[in-house]
Amino acid sequence: MKEFKYVITDEIGIHARPAGLLAKEAKAFTSNITIEANGKNADITRLMAVMGLGIKKGSEIVVKAEGEDEDAAIKKIKEFFEANL
Amino acid sequence: MRQYSGKSILSGIAAGKILFYEKSQSQIKRLKVENPEAEINRYEEAKKKAVEQLKELYDKALVDVGETNAMIFDVHAMMLEDADYNDSVYNIITNEGVNAEFAVATTGDNFSAMFAQMDDEYFKARAMDVKDISERVIAILTGNTSDPNILSEPAIIVAKDLAPSETVQMDKSKLLGFVTKLGSSNSHTAILARTMNIPALIGVDIDREWNGKIAIIDGRQGILIVEPDEETLNKYKLEIDKEEESKRLLANLKGLKDETLDGKHIKLYANIGSVADVANVLANDGAGIGLFRSEFLYLEKKDYPTEEEQFQVYKTVVQNMAGRQVVIRTLDIGADKQVDYFDIDKEENPAMGYRAIRICLDRIDIFKAQLRAIYRASAFGSVAIMFPMIISVDEIVEIKKICDEIKKELLTSGIAFGEVPLGVMIETPAAVMISDLLAKEVDFFSIGTNDLTQYTLAIDRQNSKLDNIYDSHHPAVLRMIQMVIDNGHKEGIWVGICGELGADTTLTETFIKMGIDELSVSPSYILPIRKIIRDIKAN
Repeated sequence: MKEFKYVITDEIGIHARPAGLLAKEAKAFTSNITIEANGKNADITRLMAVMGLGIKKGSEIVVKAEGEDEDAAIKKIKEFFEANL
Repeated sequence: MRQYSGKSILSGIAAGKILFYEKSQSQIKRLKVENPEAEINRYEEAKKKAVEQLKELYDKALVDVGETNAMIFDVHAMMLEDADYNDSVYNIITNEGVNAEFAVATTGDNFSAMFAQMDDEYFKARAMDVKDISERVIAILTGNTSDPNILSEPAIIVAKDLAPSETVQMDKSKLLGFVTKLGSSNSHTAILARTMNIPALIGVDIDREWNGKIAIIDGRQGILIVEPDEETLNKYKLEIDKEEESKRLLANLKGLKDETLDGKHIKLYANIGSVADVANVLANDGAGIGLFRSEFLYLEKKDYPTEEEQFQVYKTVVQNMAGRQVVIRTLDIGADKQVDYFDIDKEENPAMGYRAIRICLDRIDIFKAQLRAIYRASAFGSVAIMFPMIISVDEIVEIKKICDEIKKELLTSGIAFGEVPLGVMIETPAAVMISDLLAKEVDFFSIGTNDLTQYTLAIDRQNSKLDNIYDSHHPAVLRMIQMVIDNGHKEGIWVGICGELGADTTLTETFIKMGIDELSVSPSYILPIRKIIRDIKAN
């Protein structure tokens, strides 16, 4: 299993559009990818669930990937967070 | 005539007939089905069609309101593809053996409720998006597509709520404004209204009876007037004409230079009183800010604003103006602007009393905190400072000494600041008479015509009994302006007007012929004055 931590800098937090794009990115991998924040977690491919976490600016999140392509998945998702959130 | 209040989304005005918009909401019935498999197929087909519709809406919105706003329809399509949403629909159909419409409606309600109870305004507003996508699928399933394109004539739409897709689909040329009961200022519909520049009120207690009646939306005051009397209606119609005129000017004059026919460039700046006004300056294409009244920082508070608080505000304005000059006037309270915590004694004659620079030079700590904040903000763009109510050269010498001290302090602490021109507001007859001497000390003059007129004519401008003799075109005032311009130019400094007279379009040509270099006016006057400048000669 691979993971990374990240602090959200986007003003609104993980809002609808990045959550949607994130789901798309994650679907390209076979690994099971989850996001954890505020003591709750969600499957990152599930847009509504991720939005339901209500992740705001300044929240620390942990993304975990488990599966055959976990290295590539973590790398890609991390890049996405750094560029968009 | 009845008046209702609501929360304003856009500070525009609209007048017209009300069209009460109701979704053709067919009651969703829970029906048992023989073949759940077939219902799932129906759902899949409807969803496919909904995604296609959203793609079309995205394309339409892209043209009408730009990419940032069009994205909402892309997001809607993504929401429809969401695994949890779909699982919920499948489960209800399969487990309960019911129709697709009921499964979608139930799923929509559940997800919408989940967002509605979140504690963040942004996420709360997403409840409406979930409802919107669910209603779209249901409309396709039932074949009961409500057509929001109902505007056969220009009208104000009144509705319980409006979905972003409905707002975008309405014919913009006929949509005068809208009023809803629900919705938040953070909803996509509100954002769209702002982008499309449509006056809108939310949180209004609407009534179906209003359909077909004449109404006025006044977004500046957040009110809806239903069945206005003729006088009120005419008053608003005039204002709407004025708004239309400025919009027309905007289309023709935006981006053009403020230059006379014979090539004299005028700095056409804006007066602002808060950070919120900056958007208006940019929308009206102001070349800079010629008067940033810093009083609001003090008036809004219960205690002295700290240097840091002030710095953040100045920095925001300076950054938003992106390199265009921002002239900040130091604290000008006293007279008609009183602040409790300053604890100023009641005066017999406050207009001539303890006010503005007189307070600042007496309570140096307050003054220094403001100056340090301004100097720090100057690292982020082009900043100038001007001082109000000056009557002597000694005052300026003292102020410059204080500014030098501050610069030294900042330098020692390694805090960045930029080159900051210092100017005097010419608003007392004394300053006019010694403007030749003041000009040697400062980088610019800005004439405050309101106070200058009141002191020159000895007329209290708060006294409405004297309105008939308060003549802002009085030759004494105009001669003073000429004297200030001439004395300023002798020392090679620029001279501007930031009082109300600067926006008097009947005097624009006169001022320019007198040699004025800068006019600072309310943002809405910028374009009308630009039009005049471009049509006249300076010499």
